[in-house]
Formats: sequence, C-alpha cells, structure tokens
Amino acid sequence: MQRDGAGALMSDRRAVIVGASECDLGDTGLSVLHLQTQAVTRALADAGLSLGDVDGLACTSVARFSATQLADYLGIEPVWTDSTFAGGAAFEMFVARAAQAIEAGQAEVVVISFASNQRSARSRSLGNLFEPHTPEAQFEGPYGPLYPLSHYAMAAQRYLHITGAGREHLAEVAVAARQWALLNPAAFRHGAGPLTVDAVLESPLISSPLSAADCCLVTDGGGAIVLTTAERARDLPGAPIHILGYGESTSHTSMATPEDLVTTGAQVSGAIALHKAGLAPAEIDVVQIYDSFTITVLLSLEALGFCARGEAWQFVQNGRIAPGGDFALNTSGGGLSYCHPGQFGVLLLVEAVRQLRGECAERQVSGARTALAHGTGGILSTSATVVLGVDR
Amino acid sequence: MSEIELPPIDEITAPWWEATREHQMLLQHCGRCDAVQHYPRALCTLCGATDQLDWVVASGAGVVDSFTVVHRALPGFEAPYVVARVRLAEGPIVLTNLVGRAPDAWRCDEAVQLSWRDLSDGRALPVFGPTES
Ligand SMILES: [Zn+2]
Repeated sequence: MQRDGAGALMSDRRAVIVGASECDLGDTGLSVLHLQTQAVTRALADAGLSLGDVDGLACTSVARFSATQLADYLGIEPVWTDSTFAGGAAFEMFVARAAQAIEAGQAEVVVISFASNQRSARSRSLGNLFEPHTPEAQFEGPYGPLYPLSHYAMAAQRYLHITGAGREHLAEVAVAARQWALLNPAAFRHGAGPLTVDAVLESPLISSPLSAADCCLVTDGGGAIVLTTAERARDLPGAPIHILGYGESTSHTSMATPEDLVTTGAQVSGAIALHKAGLAPAEIDVVQIYDSFTITVLLSLEALGFCARGEAWQFVQNGRIAPGGDFALNTSGGGLSYCHPGQFGVLLLVEAVRQLRGECAERQVSGARTALAHGTGGILSTSATVVLGVDR
Repeated sequence: MSEIELPPIDEITAPWWEATREHQMLLQHCGRCDAVQHYPRALCTLCGATDQLDWVVASGAGVVDSFTVVHRALPGFEAPYVVARVRLAEGPIVLTNLVGRAPDAWRCDEAVQLSWRDLSDGRALPVFGPTES
C-alpha cells in the first residue's frame, strides 16, 4: 500500500509485467489456437497465475473476432478485451491499453498474446493483400508491389541514395542478428552458423536493394506476457517489470502517402515513450527493435534517437550491435534469425522482460535495468514504443 | 507484361478512371484551399472541404522519389519490373511502374515523363518513362 497526498491508504494499481513466454517456434505443425494456448498458459505459469485469474485479454489474428474467439477457446469471460489490428506494432499498443485498463480498475490480470503457424501452414503471401474497397486496390495494386516488402525496399533505396551507404551496410544488421541467434537455443537459425556480409550480398534479390537475407524469417511461433497491479505482483514469485513509458503513431497505409520514406513514426512514438519514462536514449540498456527487414532497424535507430539522422549505417558497423558490442540490440536474434511468426511485436516484449530479469544465459546483457521495445506494423504504418525497467 | 486483374472503381474515382481512356491523368483539386491531392477522396485532406472538389489535368512531369526492382513477380506480372514512387510536378506522390529502360538503370531523383499502359477494358494505367530530351 502507498499513501496518497492526503495521507489516506490506497492500493498500488500501477501496472507491471509479471509473466512472459514463447509458444513452440519454428515448423510446429500445430494449429493457431493450440499455439495461442501454449503462449497464454506458459506465460501464466511463469507469472505464478492461472487462467482463472485472467479478466483481460488482448490478441490479434486468431479470427475475425480475435479476442472473443480466444476467450471462448480458453473458457474465460474477460471484462476487458482488445483486438486492435496494427500488424507488429499492436502488442506494444496493447501494453499501453492494458496498463491504462488496470490502472483505471477495469481489469486485474491481462494477458497479451500472439501466435501463428504461417510456416507449417504455408500461409505467408507477398501479394494480393489489398482489399477491393480500399484506394490501394485501385491505385497501387495494379503496379505489382510486394506487400510489405516493396515499401521497405523503396525506403532502403532512398536511404542508400541519401546517405551514400551500400547494401553491405544494411547487411551488418542481419550479420549481427545471426550472431545473437547463435547464443539463443530457441532461435530458428541457432545451429545455422555465422552469416557473412558476402552471404547477404549474394543472397537472391527479391525487391531491390533487399535480398532474401535482408528479410525476416517465415516461421511459426508467438508468445504472451501477463500484466497485473504492482500490489498483486508482491504476492507473485518473480521480480515485477515496470512499465515506464509508452507511445504510438499511425502515419499511413498507402505506399504513396509518406512525404519522406526515411522518416518514420518511431520519431513520434519513441519521443512520447521516452519522455513519459523520463529517460534519454543513452539511458536504455537493452533495445529490441522489430527487424522486419534490415532497413527497418536503421530507420528505427535514427528515429528513436539512438544515433543521428543518416548515421545508423555507420553506427551499426564494427560489431557494435553484435554480442560483445556496446549497443545491445535484438538479443534474441530478432525476426531475422530467431523467429518471425508474422507479427513479431509480442516477442520483442518477451525478450525485453527476460533481459531485465537476467534470464538470458549466454546472451544476457550484464546488469540491464532498462529496456526499450519498438514495434512496427504494416509498411512503417504504425509505430509503437514501450520502455520497461526493473528495480535492482 | 501479361494481363493484370482490372482495378476496381467507385463513385469518387469514376471520373479519374474515365479520363484514363483519353490518356489524361487527373488530379483532385480543392476549390476552397487550392490543394491538389492524389488518390481521389471524398474530402480535401488539407482543409476538410467536401463540396468544392474538382479536377485538374496533370502535366505528366515527375521525379523518381524511390524505386525497387521486383524479382519475384506477382500473378499477372513478369519479373523483373520496377515499382516506384514518383513525385509529380503538381506535388502529390504516386505509386507507379517505371518503363522503357533496363530495370537497374533507374536512379532516385531523376526526371521522368508520364506514359500509359492500356487495360483490356479501355481504361489505362499511368506509368512513367524516360524524359524525351
Ligand atoms: Zn482544401
């Protein structure tokens, strides 16, 4: 209990994260609801809670009525749900909404989860994603862009043109991700051996300047995190992870809308989240950025303020973002080498929580007290940032 | 390029598509604030006007903002082909294809000129190619 300004006792309803887990990853052959069940029940077990405690649920891509469908499958009747669809940014957005719901007294225990079986179901498609009633179906679909890849490719082309960087500089992001994956037994590429810059450059171009090795994996997988009040967390076994700040920005869905391809909504979402946390970029110990493509990481590093505009390609050279470097980035191996079930945002949060708890064994960032998770959805359409911390 | 799926039309965009039959590229213009926008909408995104929108004809001049050579073709397309963002002289950016030159020869910031690809129903798609000079 803490005292308010008038000295009265009040319960500490600040939201904290108390559980985190992956479901099975890779090529599982399991159904989406089976994988979702694994994610939810494993995260609850990690928290020391059970399904009967859950009264809030947020998820995407289960069905047309996502949270409704998952609640029915789990046999629960939540008093708060969210199925906001914003691609890989949704899960950082859910943290903000869940924290607000908990702090407002609408929910006590919220689970945020995602799972997909896109590899074993062979359901990943690069095209035909424009719904017939949208302007994109009339004005963009007829030109044959790969979705989302061609948008990121055009951002990369513009970035290389403006900065003078080359494809080999983008490749450093994929090379470092592989090095982290070699330290993570759960990673899809854990046993694949190191990746070289030359191997990335020789990988087949899909939408220039991006090659297959510049693109995230296509795997099954997912995960879940559990939030509750700081007061409830005192009775639970693990160290609570504090939610220090969050912010989001939605900027476009048409490939022609952005004035400037290399300025992303991360500039807005990151500034809001860091301001709320009262932290500067240099005070973040571990950074998890959605690496849908190598270029996404460079644009996000700049927009979040970790380096100056136009300088991320130099910032990531010489092993700075690899294990042993001085900037701990995507320590799981990321979407490029660990797991990419289609909306990676939830796994950014799982890894951030594990790093703050000190559970990451060989890939642990020593003494990590603050973490930033940054999700990106669509074609740089939605950006959402969460800043987390732990008491040490 | 083989035949792509015909793009849909709605009541807002019908005049735009109709003009493509004459190889004219229209841009929506706001009579209240003078803004020019693309794609066509039910409102002006600059001032919010819903009742003063008309059309102007694009000059056809533009500059490549960025582009990508697609090597894994979607159904109806033959790789490699070039998808690009072209910034029109009138201001709006459009998604398009660059044609009339080797795919790898294009560069950001170079000038391009409007050209047309006819569709099977008599409409046409604005695409862009090298300037004549
Ligand atoms: Zn106007």
